[in-house]
Amino acid sequence: MSKQVVQLSRVIIRFAGDSGDGMQLTGDQFTSRTAWFGNDVATLPDFPAEIRAPAGTIPGVSAFQLHFADHDITTAGDTPNVLVAMNPAALKANMRDLPRGADIIVNTDEFTPRNLAKVGYAASPVDDGSLESYSVHPIPLTSLTVEALRSFDITKKEAERAKNMFALGLLSWLYHRPTEGTLTFLKQKFAKKPQILAANIAAFEAGWSFGETTEDFSVQYEVQPAPMLAGRYRNIHGNLALSYGLIAAAQRAELPLFLGSYPITPASDILHELSKHKKFDVMTFQAEDEIAGVGSAIGAAYGGMLAVTTTSGPGVALKSEAIGLAVSLELPLVIVDVQRGGPSTGLPTKTEQADLLQAMFGRNGEAPVPIVAPRSPGDCFDAAIEAVRIATTYRTPVFLLSDGYVANGSEPWRIPDVDSLPDLRVAFATEHNHTNDDGSTEFWPFQRDPETLARPWAVPGTKGLEHRIGGIEKADGIGNISYDPDNHDRMTRLRQAKVDGITVPDLEVADPDGDARVLMLGWGSTYGPINAACEIARRSGVSVAQAHLRHLNPFPANTAEVLRRYDKVVIPEMNLGQLALLIRGRYLVDAISYNQVRGLPFKGEELAGVIKDVVASV
Amino acid sequence: MKQSAKDFKTDQEVRWCPGCGDYAILAGVQSFMPELGLAKENIVWISGIGCSSRFPYYMNTFGMHSIHGRAPAIASGLAITRPDLSVWVVTGDGDALSIGGNHLIHALRRNVNLKILLFNNRIYGLTKGQYSPTSEVGKVTKSTPMGSLDHPFNPVSLAIGAEASFVARTIDSDRKHLTETLRRAALHEGTALVEIYQNCNIFNDGAWDPLKDSEHRDSLMFRLEDGQPITLVDGSRGVVRAANGSLEIADVAEVGIESVLVHDSRNPDPAVAFALSHLSDSVTLADTPIGVFRDVPRASYDSAFHAQIESAKAGGRGDLGSLLAGNDTWEIA
Ligand SMILES: Cc1ncc(C[n+]2csc(CCOP(=O)(O)OP(=O)(O)O)c2C)c(N)n1
Ligand code: SF4
Ligand SMILES: [Mg+2]
Repeated sequence: MSKQVVQLSRVIIRFAGDSGDGMQLTGDQFTSRTAWFGNDVATLPDFPAEIRAPAGTIPGVSAFQLHFADHDITTAGDTPNVLVAMNPAALKANMRDLPRGADIIVNTDEFTPRNLAKVGYAASPVDDGSLESYSVHPIPLTSLTVEALRSFDITKKEAERAKNMFALGLLSWLYHRPTEGTLTFLKQKFAKKPQILAANIAAFEAGWSFGETTEDFSVQYEVQPAPMLAGRYRNIHGNLALSYGLIAAAQRAELPLFLGSYPITPASDILHELSKHKKFDVMTFQAEDEIAGVGSAIGAAYGGMLAVTTTSGPGVALKSEAIGLAVSLELPLVIVDVQRGGPSTGLPTKTEQADLLQAMFGRNGEAPVPIVAPRSPGDCFDAAIEAVRIATTYRTPVFLLSDGYVANGSEPWRIPDVDSLPDLRVAFATEHNHTNDDGSTEFWPFQRDPETLARPWAVPGTKGLEHRIGGIEKADGIGNISYDPDNHDRMTRLRQAKVDGITVPDLEVADPDGDARVLMLGWGSTYGPINAACEIARRSGVSVAQAHLRHLNPFPANTAEVLRRYDKVVIPEMNLGQLALLIRGRYLVDAISYNQVRGLPFKGEELAGVIKDVVASV
Repeated sequence: MKQSAKDFKTDQEVRWCPGCGDYAILAGVQSFMPELGLAKENIVWISGIGCSSRFPYYMNTFGMHSIHGRAPAIASGLAITRPDLSVWVVTGDGDALSIGGNHLIHALRRNVNLKILLFNNRIYGLTKGQYSPTSEVGKVTKSTPMGSLDHPFNPVSLAIGAEASFVARTIDSDRKHLTETLRRAALHEGTALVEIYQNCNIFNDGAWDPLKDSEHRDSLMFRLEDGQPITLVDGSRGVVRAANGSLEIADVAEVGIESVLVHDSRNPDPAVAFALSHLSDSVTLADTPIGVFRDVPRASYDSAFHAQIESAKAGGRGDLGSLLAGNDTWEIA
């Protein structure tokens, strides 16, 4: 039976269910197929901190939203067109985001009196008319799955567990997604369990044919591929791109990569990923705590490795003293902070940008550390390479400030040509670098390169370069302990000048109308929503300029000039105004700070409203 | 070229208080270094913070004076990635056992190739005399005017409990014993912990005097020597098995030398070494063993670490291009 096919330019789907329902996997698969099909895609996984919160409750709801389109998009979308609710809790938790008219697919098998009562529904919303303004599709997903898998030699529980594949099959039919990749994925995942594999494939196919035969769905939708730059693509998550960026940088630096780390959400996946790649000369060390994570990395950096430590905000707090040591020792080190909601344990699985000032100032003494922030999942790759470039060129610790949204989100990524990546090779010191009055020579560990102000990287094992370094202030040049007041003043200024003098690309401004008087300035993962907001505003005839900072320390050299061009500068941040504080302090610009700390990215529509208000006021 | 102690001295003025036990340890270490038979550039000294931790500045090798308590972690990162180096850690009783306790126990259980010298003066020297985790209960210091309340750590017991494969104790003033102990530690594969009783003549003078005073020490101290019965130096009393299975000290004349336990640092079972470390009285220092308590073979963390990397590389080195591409790609023309 062939059905009517409707063309859409973009769709937002949210899969929601219990933590154990496999919603993240379902969403990921749908995303991969959609990216492969050629749509632009952006995703927002949103899951609880508990591995299995009590079943059927609101805190246990795990959701995955994806936005795909026939054009370039930068966010996971504001309001879903389709909600897949695997139980009453998933429906209740997500209703408030649904616009009227949205499609809701509910798994009626889970709408039992007990489950309804758990979340406070007196009657089933599917039957009591409260969803009248939506297009509800009540489907007994679980029993249909069990029924479809009757002939398989598996338990009822195992059959029930395949219901997410039924849902995936149905949605794949509804949106005309290619099926082949999903089957390949299942074959890999269940290679060792042929019965379960066969059952999952059957459930997927059952979902697909259900869509074809049921009268509940009268139309099928199509979203055409988006025009993109020519090249080879894959779908990539931020943490994976960041891991690959580190490996690529180490390869281009021709240095072994060392990671010292302690597990913490949402950074652990980088430790997991890097641990798989020993054959790329990647060494990973799961330390006893964050301090040992960064400590071991400092030891490895001293030994000539490309050293990295990965963590989230609470871990950065523990590492602070050691990062100060790295500042004082002037050794290359990359500190990856995948930010999450704070303070303290905060919202461990949700996103936030509230570690900027911690990265900037969170150490004793004057201890400047360069900061680089990726703007999207794929950009984590380039940002990691840039962090390594700064660390090795200037012999300094560098913060790479990612966050939960870019780390767990994914997008199509144009696979770079390895030869086009920057050459990051470094030269270790091998010879004496100072001549005394009597003509004899010595090695001075704090003799600086006149251009970069970097000190030599002199690794143990190099004959004639034996020297001692430490956290006590050292004499400029020779590097011996020095308590001399003038020397400390000079060294403090030199360390600052070195970081201030790092060359970073200019800040680019997008102002397609050319007459904008308001600038939207952001950093990190807010790029997508700010970009979407600017486009919405422009479509409604409002001119607005957008600039996004990748380098937060030092700021690009043209920042002051860019800021001065606009009557108003608006800085949206997922914190209470940290970049705004820096911009106001540094450039004396009366920036407007727009803030939210809800653990979720901004919505494009909402920011577009902010733009319109500000533009109207100038 | 033959090395001598002089080759390991730096031009930096040594800034410990005159009479500090650290001087004797420094001299002992410098004269031992040539025995390693290593070029100076292949030796690295890493320390934390404390009087003792100034040590690397005085050693003409590579060195790092780091932050309080973290030397074992930093040294682990270096030793793991650079198995070609000989990495030594200097730490104090506060550095190793208070702020750095976590790193110490984990270094010991991992068995990274590190030699850790713990200078125990039972006091915080650098911060001018507060009691430390090895101070005896009741210690009167600036921070404990009515006497300290907390029960001390015994570093040797702690190390054995932390799965250390090599644990020894020696004394700053006994050059010969210090050198022998360093020699054994240097030969050991994995982490070696050497506790060195060190005198802080400013803030805790005489802490170890009973073990140094020639009149009494022989009746207070056991010298652990493999294959020898464990008796006090004067031979009067020895370590025997008690009826309840633990160790006790008995008159040798009464029980006979044949019932005295024979020392065996290579005993795989740590129970005897642990019991030995617990014989002494932390206040009077009576019945204190010195020497190598435990020295058992166990593959070092770094050798296992590199074996994994080698086996991963045996299947061929990684290709960056194919890593980045993965196996699910599409082409856009
Ligand atoms: C993070 C931090 N906390 C506290 C101190 C102050 N501090 C320096 S050394 C020290 C204790 C040193 O005692 P110990 O390790 O026994 O060394 P000693 O001076 O006795 O050789 C303390 C508390 C510090 N340097 N850093
Ligand atoms: S304070 Fe004590 S430990 Fe420190 S240098 Fe002086 S004597 Fe030595
Ligand atoms: Mg001490």
